[in-house]
Formats: sequence, C-alpha cells, structure tokens
Amino acid sequence: VGEFQSHSVHEKKNAPSAEVAPCACALNSAVTIPAILVQVIPGRDNAGIEALCWVGQRLFSAGLRGEITEYDLENLQPKCSVDAYGGPIWTISCNSMGTLLAVGCEDGTVKIFEILEDRIQFQRSFDRQKCRIISLSWHPSGKLLAAGVMDMIRIFDVETGHSIHRMHVERLVGASKSREVVVWNNLKSEQIKHRVSYGLIDGTSEGTVVQFQFLSRTVNQQDKDWVRTRTFKNHTHDVRALVHTEISVVSGGMDTQVVVRPLLDKVEKNTQESALRKIVFPHRSLVCCAKKLGLLLFQFSDHLELWRLGESEGQGRPGESLLVKRKPEKLIHLKRKGEDHIRCSALSPCGEWLAYSTVSSVRLYMLQIDNNNIRITKVSKLPKILNSAQQLCFSSDSTKLFATCSQSSVIVVSLSQSECKYVHTLNPQPGEHPVHLLHASDDGNWLVTANTGFEIHVYNLQKLKLHCTVPVYSSCPTALAINPTTRNLITAHADQQIFEFSLVQKEYTDWSRKLQKQGLHPLWLQRDTPITHVTFNPKNSAHILLHDVFMFCIVDKSLPLPEARSQLSNQMTLRSLPESERMRHSHAFKICKTFQYLLSLTLLDDQSLVVVERPLTDIQSQLPAPVRQKKFAT
Amino acid sequence: MAALYEGYTLCGIVPSQNLTNSSIQGVEEERDSDHVIVTDAFRSVTLYKVSDQKPLGSWTVKQGNCLTCPAVYNTHTKEYVTVTDNKVIRIWKEDDVLLDKTFKATVLSDIWRVHCVAGGDPVVLFQRGAVRLLDSLLSAPQQTVEEVLAPDETIRWSTNIVAGTQQLVIFTTEMKGDNFLYLQKLKPNILHKYRLEQENSSLSPLSFSASYRDKLIHLLYLYPNGHVYQSVISVLGPGAEEGSQTLSLPRNLLLALSVDEDQLNAASALLLDEAHVAVVGVPHPSAGTSKDFLCIWNINFQTLQAGKEIAGKIFGQLWCYSNKLFIPHGKTLSVIPYGCTNSSLASALGKLKQYRNEESKPLVSVPSWNSILHEEKTQPSRAIETRKLRSTHKSQSSPSLTVEQVLELIKTAPVEEVQKGVEGLFSRTDIQDLNQSVGPLASTLVSRSLADTAFYSPITLAQLVHTHSLCHSVCPDLVQLALEKKDYFLCQLCLQFFPDIPEAVTCTCLKAFISMPDSEAEKVNLEPDSLSFMETLTSREHCQVGLRNGFNSTSSLEDHSDVTMTKADEENRKSTAPGESCPVGLQKAVLLNEILQTAYTDDLLLPHLKDLSSQHVFLFLQYLHFLYLKYNEDAFPQSHGYRSPSVSQIMDWVCLLLDAHFTVLVMTPEAKVLLLNFHSFIKSQVRLFSELGKVEGGLQALQHMKRKQDIGQYSIEIIELF
Repeated sequence: VGEFQSHSVHEKKNAPSAEVAPCACALNSAVTIPAILVQVIPGRDNAGIEALCWVGQRLFSAGLRGEITEYDLENLQPKCSVDAYGGPIWTISCNSMGTLLAVGCEDGTVKIFEILEDRIQFQRSFDRQKCRIISLSWHPSGKLLAAGVMDMIRIFDVETGHSIHRMHVERLVGASKSREVVVWNNLKSEQIKHRVSYGLIDGTSEGTVVQFQFLSRTVNQQDKDWVRTRTFKNHTHDVRALVHTEISVVSGGMDTQVVVRPLLDKVEKNTQESALRKIVFPHRSLVCCAKKLGLLLFQFSDHLELWRLGESEGQGRPGESLLVKRKPEKLIHLKRKGEDHIRCSALSPCGEWLAYSTVSSVRLYMLQIDNNNIRITKVSKLPKILNSAQQLCFSSDSTKLFATCSQSSVIVVSLSQSECKYVHTLNPQPGEHPVHLLHASDDGNWLVTANTGFEIHVYNLQKLKLHCTVPVYSSCPTALAINPTTRNLITAHADQQIFEFSLVQKEYTDWSRKLQKQGLHPLWLQRDTPITHVTFNPKNSAHILLHDVFMFCIVDKSLPLPEARSQLSNQMTLRSLPESERMRHSHAFKICKTFQYLLSLTLLDDQSLVVVERPLTDIQSQLPAPVRQKKFAT
Repeated sequence: MAALYEGYTLCGIVPSQNLTNSSIQGVEEERDSDHVIVTDAFRSVTLYKVSDQKPLGSWTVKQGNCLTCPAVYNTHTKEYVTVTDNKVIRIWKEDDVLLDKTFKATVLSDIWRVHCVAGGDPVVLFQRGAVRLLDSLLSAPQQTVEEVLAPDETIRWSTNIVAGTQQLVIFTTEMKGDNFLYLQKLKPNILHKYRLEQENSSLSPLSFSASYRDKLIHLLYLYPNGHVYQSVISVLGPGAEEGSQTLSLPRNLLLALSVDEDQLNAASALLLDEAHVAVVGVPHPSAGTSKDFLCIWNINFQTLQAGKEIAGKIFGQLWCYSNKLFIPHGKTLSVIPYGCTNSSLASALGKLKQYRNEESKPLVSVPSWNSILHEEKTQPSRAIETRKLRSTHKSQSSPSLTVEQVLELIKTAPVEEVQKGVEGLFSRTDIQDLNQSVGPLASTLVSRSLADTAFYSPITLAQLVHTHSLCHSVCPDLVQLALEKKDYFLCQLCLQFFPDIPEAVTCTCLKAFISMPDSEAEKVNLEPDSLSFMETLTSREHCQVGLRNGFNSTSSLEDHSDVTMTKADEENRKSTAPGESCPVGLQKAVLLNEILQTAYTDDLLLPHLKDLSSQHVFLFLQYLHFLYLKYNEDAFPQSHGYRSPSVSQIMDWVCLLLDAHFTVLVMTPEAKVLLLNFHSFIKSQVRLFSELGKVEGGLQALQHMKRKQDIGQYSIEIIELF
C-alpha cells in the first residue's frame, strides 16, 4: 500500500565541505527571494577574492593577487586580468555612471581604472595614504570618492586626486577587525561633512553585523548622529562580505553561509519576504554515485575522493541501526593538476569511468576495481573540442560522456576500451545562457539540459537531435530527471513548484495539471532550500524521490495530494495510527526529516538509499577560531 | 574542644609478676587536688604531691600481709583507710610512721572496697554485696553481714557517689555472662538492681565510669568491641512499687570506636564532663592498630578531640582528678593534664572561633625537675613583672585596656565606661584576635545586665554581635535580655547572626514581635537594608495585580463554587481581598521576616507555635499570605540583593502555622476567608505544577530523542515511511 521501506546508508565523514567560504559578494539587481545558487565560477589557488563589483552586466573582482579580473559570464571563466600594482586589493567600487572603477590597495593608494567596452585601463592613482584602503564609496555626482582607512574616512576629489577632507571615526568604520564596511550614499544630503553615508553596516570577526543609521536622536531635531540601530549575529566566524539592499542585509561569512536578513521595517511582516534566509550549501550536487557498485565520488575544490560503501548483514526492524559488517573504504584520492579548482566531476553508473573538469581542461580516467585491486588510468587522447566543461554526465550504460560547454551546447563523446571518440554536438540554437543542469535518462534515450535562462531542452539520443523544449517557467529549475518507464520529465524550481512533462505527448501530464490546480501545500512552498535532486524508484514508477537540505520526500503519485489544511509532514501521525486507518490519512508527500544537511540522496539498485550528510558543526569545527575582540563597536 | 597537655611522671612502678595487671591498685584524691594517694598491688601506700612529683609519705604493711583495697582518705577525720588480707580494716593518720602500730579491726566477711569521696563518709562494700558505713561497722566489727549477691555472682566494679545529701554506692556484678548494676542508697538503705542489656556474643564490659549530674547518675561503660554505652539512672530510683524487681537498664550507644578484629582487653573509658570521654587502650582512628593511645572524644558530635600516644604497656587503668588524668603505663605512673571546654555545635562545625577559658589555659605545668628547682626564684619576679605591666597600663590612656581589664570593668563600671572600654578594645586590636574574647565579654555583659536592671549597654552588645563571633550557645541569655529591654534592633541582629537559636527562643521572639503594639513598633530602629526591602515590597502594593504565577485571584473565586457562602462572606472577602495591603506595620514586618529566615526543625518548633494565641496566628498568617502574593507577582524583583525570606521559607511557615492551629482556625469565622484563599491558591499552584510535570515528560522525551540521534560517522539504518 503506501508503505515504503528503505535501507539507508548515510555518511558524514569526508563529505565535501561546502565549497570555499564566500569571500565577497555583490548584487547585480535587487534580490529576489528565494535566492538560489545558479552557477559557480571556480577559483584558483592563492587567489583569494576580497571584493566584487557589478558594472552593468559585467562582473569585476579584485583580490589578494593584486589583480582586477573581469569574468566571462557565459562560459563562467575569467576573461581578462589587469594588475593594479598596489599589492593586495581590499575593495573595488564603480561610480554611478559605470565609467570608472576605483580600487583600494594594501599600499594605501586608490587607483582609478577606466571601463572600456572590452577591457579596463589604468587612469590615475590618488594621493597615497599611510595604511591600507579597506572601503570605497563614490558620491552620486562622481566627483568625490570616500575611502575608509584605519580609523578615518578620507574624501578625495576625483579630478585632482587630492584628499580634500578627512574624518576620524575611531572605532566605527576603520577598526582593524572590521572586514567590510558598506557605505550607502546619501542622495539628498548637500552637506559635505555628512555626505558619506546614510545607512551603514559593518561586520565583525565574531560574525555579528551591525547597522548604523544617521538619525536624529530625538524626533524633529536637526542634529543628527550616528546611531547603532541593529545588531545581527549572523555568523559564527568572520563576516567576509556585506551587501545592503533596499529591504535586507545580505552577509557572507567564513562559516560558509550566506545570510539574507530582511529589514523588518522595509518588508511586510509574516510573508515569504520577511523570513530570514540562510544559504548554507551550494545548490548543486558535489556527490556522484555509481549505483551498480555502490561507489561514491566526492568532489572537493582540489581533489576527488572515491569511496566504497560499507555493508551490513541481516534484517532489522524499522528505526534500528544495523551492524556494519564491512566498513566504508576510501579507494582513490585523486589530486587535480594545475592551479584551477575543480568545476565539476562525474562517475559512470558502472563505476568504470571518472571525469572531472577545471576551467582549462577536462580529464577522463578509466577505473578497474575488483575487490582490492584498483587501477586508474588516464585516458590520454581526448577530442580537442572537449577542452572545458561546465557539466559532465555519463550515459546510463556508460558508453557515452556528455559535456556542456559554451553557448549551452552539449558535446557527446563515445567511450570504449580502445578509444574515445567525438560523436556530435547538440546545439539547439545559439543561446547565451550557460547550462547548469544536465541529466541523461536511465533508459539511454533522452538527455535533458536546463540553463540559467530557465530554458529546458530535451534531446533524443538515438537521433542525436533536439526532441522538444519545455515551456519556459518563470523560476529557475533546480533539479530535473526523466522517469525511464513513463518517459515523463520531472522538474523542480526555485519557487518550490514541481512539474511533470510528458516527453511523448510533449505536454504537462494530468498529474502535473492536477497539482497546479490544487496547488502545493503552503508549508511546502515556505521551505527555503531548493530541491536539488530528483530520482525515481525503478520498482514503482509512481514514486518520485526529491530532496533538499533538510528533508527528503517520496512523492507517491497514486495517492491523493495533501489538502492545504492537512498536516504535510505526517509520518509521526501515521506511525501512531493503526494500520487500517493509515490509508485514510496518508497523502502523496512522504517526508522524512531524519537526515539533516543533506548533500546527496541516491537510490541504489538494491532499493537502498545512500544519504550523505554534512553537519554544519563539522564544517565549523574545521574553521579557525574567530578572533574575539570585545572593544569593537561598544 | 579538649586538649591533652604535656604529661609528666609521678612515680615509677614495679611491674608485677604477671604482666597483665599493673602493680597499682588505685589512685585516690587526698586533701586537695594536688595530693593523691597511690596504692600499689602489694604492700605500700604512698602520698604524693602531684605538682612537685614527689612523695610526701609512704606506708608499708608487714611482709606476709597484702593490701586488698586502695587506700582512701577521709576528709572529715583526716585519716587513711585501707584493708589488708580482705578482712582487716586499717586506719591511720599522716603522722603515723609505722602502719603496723595503727588501728586495726577485723570483720567477719571479705571486704571488696572501702570508698570515700570528698564530703562523704567512708563506706565499706563487702564482696557479697552488703554495704555498711565504716563508722557503724567499726562500732560492731563482728556483726554478721548479709549476702546480697547470688553464690556465683562477683563484683566487677564499684564506686561511691554523693548526690546532695544522699550517699550512694554503685557496683556492678557478673554472673554467668549477665551483668547487673546495684544502686545502694544509705540512710535509708534502699537497694535497686538493674540488669545491663546484653551486648553481642555476651561480652562483659571492660570498664565502668559513673558521674552524678542534675539528679541523674550517668553510667558509662566500654565493651571489648569498642562500643561505649551510657545509661542514665535517676537517683530517686525506679519508683516505690517495683521494689526488689530487677529492672532492665536502658542504654544508648555513645561511641562506636573502631577496633580491629582482635578485641580490646585492656582499655578503659572515663567520663570527663557531660560532653567528653577519655578513652585509653583503644586504637587512634588515624594511627593504625596500635592501642597505646589516650584519646578524648566528644560524645555529642562523636568527634575525636585530642589524642596522645602512650609509651609502654597500657593496663587499661585510668583515673581522673581535677583536670589531671593518671595513667599507669610501662614502668611509670604518668599524670597528663587536660582541658575541656564546652563546645557548641557552631564551634564543632567550625562556624565559631573558639575562645579558650582562663581556667583551661594555664596548665603550663612542670614538665621537668629542672624547672621545679628554679620555680621558687622565678615566680615572684614574674608576679612583680605583671604587676608592673598593669600599673603602666593604667597610667596610659583608657583605650589600651586588656581583655581581662575590660572584663573587670564590665562587672562594675557604668555603661559609658564599659562602652568606651569595649570600643577601645576593638579599635586597638584586630577583630580576628579578639574573636576569642568576644564570648566572655558578651556573657559577662549579659549577666551584669540581668543582675542589675539599671545597667544596659545596647551599643556594646550590638557591636559584639556584629563581630559574627558570637552564637546563642555561647551567650544563651542575650536574646532574652534584648527582648526584656525591648531592644528589637539587637534581636534582629541576633536572629541574623546567630546560627543556633533554639526554636523556643525563636518562638518567644515571634510572640514578642507580633504582640508588639504598632505605636511602639514605629519607633523601633532597624537595619536599613531589611527596611528598604520591605519598603520596595509594600510600595508595589498599589500597582495593578494581574495574573500571578498561574493564579488569578478573581477567577479563583469561581473555582470553589461548591463551598456555600453567604453574601456577608462574599462582602467580607472583598473587603479583605488578598494581598491588597500589608496587614502589619513596616517595622513589624521586618522583624517577622527575620523570624522567617531563622533555621529551625519542624518537630521542635511545632509545640512552641501552639502557644501562640489565635489572634496572633491569624495576623501572622495574613502577613504570610501577603508576602506570598507579593512574591508571586510577575514583576517582583527577586534579585534585588537584599536579605529576604525565600518563597519556600514562607510556605513552610504557613504549613507549620496551619498544622499547629488548624482546628482553631477552622472555628474562627474571620479566618475562613483567609483559609479559602490559601486553599484556592494552593490548588492553582498544584495545577501549575502538574502541568509543569507534564511538560517535563515531553522535554525528557525530546532529550532522549536527541541522544538517540547521536550516531557515528557511518551507519546503516532501517527507516520506514508510511
């Protein structure tokens, strides 16, 4: 009936850490909630990024290497770099017209670059200060530039490059431990003295974010003063990046979390908008599972790990832990070549092929594993066209490798023991958006891609051509998969909607229409982490498995959908009911919250679930202890 | 506290042939505390001056004769009495040189002992249990003596006690493992027989010791298994009707000394005073199995107070005269001075700095011959020196008086001078050093005030109490005095600082406080902190009282609809709505708070509480109710830092008062509303707690769930989805 028994393995150790901690952030436009991670531009060794800046649709970064880098946002790789020759750069800021870029350097200089069509060009350097420049802010007019140094704010005339004013702020802006100061220009104020800021937020090494506002202490009085208005404890460690948007404060910390905290006076209370959002994990899979052999591939920024799952014996009652007969075993620790971080990786379902890609190259390895003999051989001759991939994926029979590259095209490479041959490039129409999701169906007939333009393309692999394009939905797809038995495509979106699209009829299925008509349960829609993986139960085609960070869910399409006022997460209730009554109370969404901070969930062929957890406390315990400094901002 | 001081040798002894017994039969006090007569086991009696460690005279019986009883000294006639060869009574004076030429009298039966205590007449105890006064026996030495004891009953120990005008002979006997105690009164002759309770495995007591105190005889006996028992016997005897019946003697275990597997064979326990026992021949608790120790135990607190290792063999013999212990060991008879001071629980627990009495201090006796030789010379000079010192002190300004001088001053001088003297004492010396003298100062001051009604020095007394070195047991009359003088400030201080106020005194204070007229109370000066606490409490009265800790006074009225009430009742209730105003004045409330905070034992307090009049009980209950309501207000600042009664203290007192006066309160119409209020209040509290209890279960389950989740880094589990 509605009973589903699953044999679960879950793993905590050695799961990949949630990427590199965010070091800087900048927002292109107003944040739409919920925010999801769409793409990752992989970093490089020894190139810590300290500041980011959007200039229109162009993204610039600056960091400890002292270079200013512009990114190719289609191919997700650095486009060009210019050395500022001022030591590490701590801050970067562009003027309101988007013509000039100012950077603050370790040596105390502020350098101005001109933004040209295809590059940036050094223009001038301002008077050198005694210590590093840690924050910069342009006046809306573009004639003045405020720079925060230790203990003071200096105001430069952009024309002459001279400092025309200085202002001691002592413990406020320039305190040595405050990593990031966001200054919001006051558009109205004509006073020179206070032009610097209107709202100002400040992060500390203990993970607190402090907001200051320039307010009069008493109502209707002219003498305004800086007042500490809000203190948030968003992080456990250093605050590395801060953005003040119209309605919220966004902060990124050393503890690998991005926190979106709405300002409650700017949003409507008790709505989706007003909820505090914590983005803990990258919304993409860093774990790959070879279902047939029970192998797990973990992707780290500088290496890959291949593990074999442990085994247990015998049966147990629900809720029990079984005795682990064979312990999990680490088979391979593969270090990547070069400076560039690993962007993506894949393991073939049969466990014979392993591939990873960096910004500059793709590497393919052949694995031979029989019990304790492990051999790994690099495939030396790869097609030339396969120079970099944003996503990698093997076909279910492990004979083909799919790689997405520029222009949302997909390269198909056939694999065999002897050679590795380029087959075809699937290229729907010249698109601009990079592909962020790639899935090959288990029956080997279909390949589906989703790009950041929210387009979803389905290819027929037999004919090697585009089968259809799913109607574009207004929210970014976060996970998709094709059910091999029904040939229906399931897509999950950032706004928590779920669709089922029939590839045969090329239309939404009845179940999907029913779901849209009745609407998803409100509690389901209020979840703030996206579904990151969809898979199916080969034994029962009506079962869809979904998971996000805090739960996994089995959707049984044969059961009625939950009513809005009924209990969504009803497993506990069902457990307490006698068997005869369960049927009456059960609904399609079977949610299990036993495992938290889920990185991955895979259903093996023997009906076992592999669950990879990455507890936050583990990540935090590996971070250096925060520097506690009491006297700041007291 | 007790202490053993440096001992010294009185004389050497000749070891007897069989080494188990010492060669000393007895040590008896002579004319004063410094003279003793020592009787050896063979033929000689020697008189010693103890402080000089030297014999003053010695008498020996003829070869072939044998002393069978320790010689005693008759203070009335200044004669010595002893017995030779069981039947011959010998009497002589100090001047007699040859014993054989002195008075002899032969009696028909064997004599066990001749006893004579200071102030009493000599008494003869025959081996078969008969008792005669020596005088009457000597008037007819050949009289026949009755057999009191059964044929195979033998005397083990005997003593003689003077209880007021009554002279008593006490002796214990043993027959086939049973032990009996005989209490023989003289003039008129009455005999009481008691049976001692059997100790395990029919042991017989090793030693006995008896003392007379408060018309009671305290008998202490030590068993070979280390148990020390005390039995208390009334001098009056068990009452007329029982006559010759053998009564069982109740006993209580005072000490259970730790003895190793082998039992004691030569040991003895001796009552020193009401709280201390000297024990010899029992292992020291912290010195292994060696039994060569002399220890002083406190029997009230079962604590070891002093211990001393004794060199040489111990025979289990011990005598005690005026703060000196006489103990034969090895080849010597040693004198060991000791000091015992009354100890209070406070001092036993270390809460009080003990001061040492003048009497116990000086026993700087003469440890060696050397100093004795020079003593004659040194003593006068010392006296002169001290006299000189005193005169120089007097010439100086008054503040530099010594403690002794202030004590003298207190006995005679007017209030102002006493005050000045004590102040001088405090200003001059470190309070820590004065801790020892605070006790005597206070007690002299109190006894003077009690004796002389015109004399009262509240400031000085308050100052003394403030030192924290006083406790009630050191100065038991202080609180009573303060109450008599209506010095409520001093009462408050005593209640605050004394850790050991008896329940009776607490109750007396309570009675005095609660019956104090309000006009008088307003004038009382009290400690400012406690006053301000009450002020903050009462100043909150006027603010709106809402829901209190789960109890809503208005809603609770509906709660007991089952209680039928007349309209008058209802109105009455409204007029005296709970917690509206403090039922007693500020000062009175402060004093009552102090009562609430004193330590007590329910069982001891309850009988005294019953003495309160119902009016007072009602008022006190009202006040407690008021306090309780105040405490349960949400906004009440519990953490204001003032010394204040806790909620549980208040609740305990409510329970006690209700226990003591429940029937009376039920009958009193005015109390009905109050009781109903209490009832509903408690009901709501019980409900609250039961709710909390339910929550607790849930929380525990949560905790349990969390713990269960703590699994390793890798696990294989079965989960079931429905």
